Amino acid sequence: MSIRVGKTAKAPEFPVAAKCALQNEQLRKNVHHATDVIRNKRALRVAEMPDWEHLRQSAHEIKEQTLAHLDRYLIEFERNCTAAGGTVHWARDADEANAIAISLIQQYGGDEVIKVKTMTSDEVQMNPALHAAGITPHETDLADMIVQLGDDEPSHIVVPALHRNRFEIRDIFRKKMHRAELTEQPEELAAAARRYLRDRFLRVKIGVSGANFAIAETGSVCVVESEGNGRMCVTLPEVLITLVGIEKMIPSFQDLEVFLQLLPRSATGERMNPYNSLWTGVHAGDGPRAFHVILLDNGRTKLLQSKMERETLDCIRCGACLNACPVYRETGGHAYGSIYSGPIGAILSPQLNSMQHSRSLPYASSLCGACYEVCPVKINIPEILIHLRGRVVQDDQKTLSGNLSQMNLAMQGAAIAFGSRRRYEAAQRLGRMGQTLFQRGDQLRHLPGMAGGWTRFRDLRALPKQSFRDWWKANSRETGL
Amino acid sequence: MSAAQTAREEILARIRAALPAERDATPPTAPRSYQRTGSLDREQCLHLLRDRLLDYGAEVIEVDGEAALSGAISAALIKVGERRFIVASEFPAAWLPSDFDVVIDRNLPIAAIEGIPAVITTSEAAVASSGTLLLVHQGAQGRRVLTLLPDHHICIVDTARVFELLPEALAALDAVKSKPLTTIAGPSATSDIEMTRILGVHGPRRLTIILYGD
Repeated sequence: MSIRVGKTAKAPEFPVAAKCALQNEQLRKNVHHATDVIRNKRALRVAEMPDWEHLRQSAHEIKEQTLAHLDRYLIEFERNCTAAGGTVHWARDADEANAIAISLIQQYGGDEVIKVKTMTSDEVQMNPALHAAGITPHETDLADMIVQLGDDEPSHIVVPALHRNRFEIRDIFRKKMHRAELTEQPEELAAAARRYLRDRFLRVKIGVSGANFAIAETGSVCVVESEGNGRMCVTLPEVLITLVGIEKMIPSFQDLEVFLQLLPRSATGERMNPYNSLWTGVHAGDGPRAFHVILLDNGRTKLLQSKMERETLDCIRCGACLNACPVYRETGGHAYGSIYSGPIGAILSPQLNSMQHSRSLPYASSLCGACYEVCPVKINIPEILIHLRGRVVQDDQKTLSGNLSQMNLAMQGAAIAFGSRRRYEAAQRLGRMGQTLFQRGDQLRHLPGMAGGWTRFRDLRALPKQSFRDWWKANSRETGL
Repeated sequence: MSAAQTAREEILARIRAALPAERDATPPTAPRSYQRTGSLDREQCLHLLRDRLLDYGAEVIEVDGEAALSGAISAALIKVGERRFIVASEFPAAWLPSDFDVVIDRNLPIAAIEGIPAVITTSEAAVASSGTLLLVHQGAQGRRVLTLLPDHHICIVDTARVFELLPEALAALDAVKSKPLTTIAGPSATSDIEMTRILGVHGPRRLTIILYGD
């Protein structure tokens, strides 16, 4: 089985990658600027909604109920999509999804495809698979194009080129489009993208899309976008292939009224994004003549068992948690080593991967809770992060080296010390004696081992000579209390 | 059993193994305590729609009744110097302004539509609170490609089909929910460069809404 989340397996651990990202001043400036802009816009658009909390609650419960009956909704979707002229394929993992897509493209005699932004296709690494099969994928979302033309990796789930500023984008376009005269004016760059892609839209016969929502009741698929490249890709080609993670299911057409109010405000701070396209199978005389859906598992079913882990699959990929996260805002998305970055990536990537990769990601958070606060479907990300840290520890304890690690020994020691009042007070006394070696005034400096990670950058007050309990004992005796 | 069936059965089996064996046969309905009916009167609602559309950078023309439509269309075209436009074959002939080069879409190939500067369509409904137009691509709304390739989309909205909230508009679309649906909120745009909204990428870069009704 080949469950794959982008190039996660080959990525360095977060602390290593983050250190590297933090040294890139330009990257941090770009990420700060972009996330500031989007956070302010989001706050404005959310504040004008008197029923925002009610919408969040509904969205949360709709998603929970869908996942609790996912088998039923997938079958209902399959039945309705098929009845409308679509063909439904099922893929257990990344390789199977790519193999289905490639075989369809070859069956229709295509050697290139136009793609509308789909994170799921990045997850299964579809582009390298297409290239290997001699098929050229053309990314058509502006940010995806910037990433593709710059031989880069996506750094944000909504705006994959968020780490690039206008000057860098201009340089990529000048080089790859052979347009030396381009300036850094955003309008000019957007117009360049329009010109560059226009004939591809009109010429290429096969489109590949993802889906924001798949509706069980009607068998319809919904793509949310801004530029019109999505409309082009789902309307103009003769054949359309749509890759859908099984968690994208929603029960009814009516449920769109919840998600289409939450998603644009959370993602780009707009009351509504410029375009949503919804289609159901094949429509005679309008759009593609053949429509194929690939329903993808790739590790998702493993998250269903535990109710807490299952919540991860509620995500509608708005990116609000990335923009709000004090860690993401400093490191950008690449440090996470997964195409799913930020707080949601920190819980999604390790779980899809069975905790084999991305084990450091649950620690890539200060647990401040900003992600939970902005999440439009109320995923309790901090709680899941703590739960996953627990899983990492339990895994480590299964090995001898894990058992003898500093962290494990320290934590086991703490557990013993905190277990009884007598042991706790003894530990305090021991601490007060031991700290004199490192104490400068009322601060501790240069602690050894793991604790040194803290004192290298932060203040740590020394333990006071007398604990509160000792003080209480002494004073209550004096006053006779 | 083919390989495809195997994948299907296996994924469904994984789901069933993961979820509790005893589940309700019918999933309970989720609560919908959010606003589902608007509170504005007709005039406030239309005012809100106009505001929201202008905020997106769309143009809005308001006329009293059907009789004024051809004049409004003509004005919208002359303003940007366009002489040629396309409409669906079901577009009411009485609304067409004279003295223009009108292309009627009778299953024209894509190449014949590309290059036509403007398209005029009707719409199925509109949402005031988010400034959104809804097209289900039947009759004079034209098939999807029609409102996609021309650079200027002139969209006619019947004020009787303007709803304050999205839930109201989607409820009104229930009978046509299996048709292709496009929602349009302003001209084509992108926020991909430094998260700043820029108008005009691949879809129509100019959007004019003609609101008519009594």
